[in-house]
Amino acid sequence: MKVISLRLALQTTVFAFVASAGGAEGAGAGSIVASGRGSVEAKIEYCMDCHGPSGQGYRGFLTMPRLAGQTPEYLEAQLRAFLEGRRGRNLFIRMATVHGLNPSMRAALAARFRHLNPPPFGGAPRQLAATGARIYEEGIPEANVPACLACHGPEAQGQYEIPRLAGQLFSYTTKTLSNWGKERGQNPASTIMVPIAHNLTRSQIDAIAAYVSYLK
Amino acid sequence: MKLGKLKILILAVVCSTSGPLLADEPLPIRNCTWCHGTSGQGYTVAPRLAGQRYQYLENQLLSFHNHTRDNPLSVQYMWDAVAFLNPQTARDLAFYFSAIPPKPANDGNLELAAAGRAIYEAGMPDQNIVSCAACHGPNAEGVGAIPRLGGLSYLYLKRKLEQWGEGYHVTAQFPMPQVSVKLSPDTIEALASYLSFVR
Repeated sequence: MKVISLRLALQTTVFAFVASAGGAEGAGAGSIVASGRGSVEAKIEYCMDCHGPSGQGYRGFLTMPRLAGQTPEYLEAQLRAFLEGRRGRNLFIRMATVHGLNPSMRAALAARFRHLNPPPFGGAPRQLAATGARIYEEGIPEANVPACLACHGPEAQGQYEIPRLAGQLFSYTTKTLSNWGKERGQNPASTIMVPIAHNLTRSQIDAIAAYVSYLK
Repeated sequence: MKLGKLKILILAVVCSTSGPLLADEPLPIRNCTWCHGTSGQGYTVAPRLAGQRYQYLENQLLSFHNHTRDNPLSVQYMWDAVAFLNPQTARDLAFYFSAIPPKPANDGNLELAAAGRAIYEAGMPDQNIVSCAACHGPNAEGVGAIPRLGGLSYLYLKRKLEQWGEGYHVTAQFPMPQVSVKLSPDTIEALASYLSFVR
């Protein structure tokens, strides 16, 4: 085993710091984008390496949600939220780094994903879908939960900043609805979800998530 | 006569320290540990099997069997090794090895470990290289059929990443072939070094 000189250890530390501080919170974001390989094609492949070859989502150690067919406004808002630390602060991955993009790249990628429509990822418990359909279409009046379709659309396609839910991964939807207050709902557009998610029971969340996961 | 006694002594020592190499075991474990080392901890080019995710081990055995994993050493050794392996035995072997506590190889370049860790955790977004940790976990432990990388030997990891870049095993689980072709030699060195030390 080699003896590590102090100088070499210092250099390695600096290198690691630079490599990991990619484009973090706000001010450094320009440095990511200014470097080469800025083409949208190369960048979207980078997105797809985690989110699936057609943006259908993937289950790694983390669950990477479906991006295909998502509304551009919602996608861009999430990318901004990651970059600005409103989302993804508590994960072991530095989300601000891996999702650090400039506004024009965000817009270009969102436009690309909008037009993708692979089949749903699948894998959710099918037997819950019927209950989920009922909740999705009628809400739960006694719990002050409005019908999801009122905002998310009858086919769960979403609109503007209200996200598409159709085909979203079951485990992603359940995790998001169950933990809403902890991380989400900080964007004015999504605060509406705070009381709704809070009023849903775990089994209702599972049913809704199963139902939308099979929608095309 | 002295040499004969010495040989017997060596044989006795080897047999007594070989752990699960028992003569009456139902699973043909010796067929694996012969190359993969005592308790499947790995030996030279044969990777550690101990502590690996059983779904991953099963999938690899299948890929050797149907010849989709086609790098030279796999062709030379593993294709024949699993030619007569039935699915149930493959599953049993996978379970067996997955339950053995793994030992890290610790054979990478220590000076590159810090750089490798940074790449493992955050990837290199400006070069469109994804974070390995997103799928393989914060401690390279893997999940489901995604393999544990922590503590695998530096040489094995390096070669595996290079081989995807060389066009082998193109039908491997997405996105490994796609990610690996983007990795520079320096990046591979750093990653393989870092991971060889991860417990």
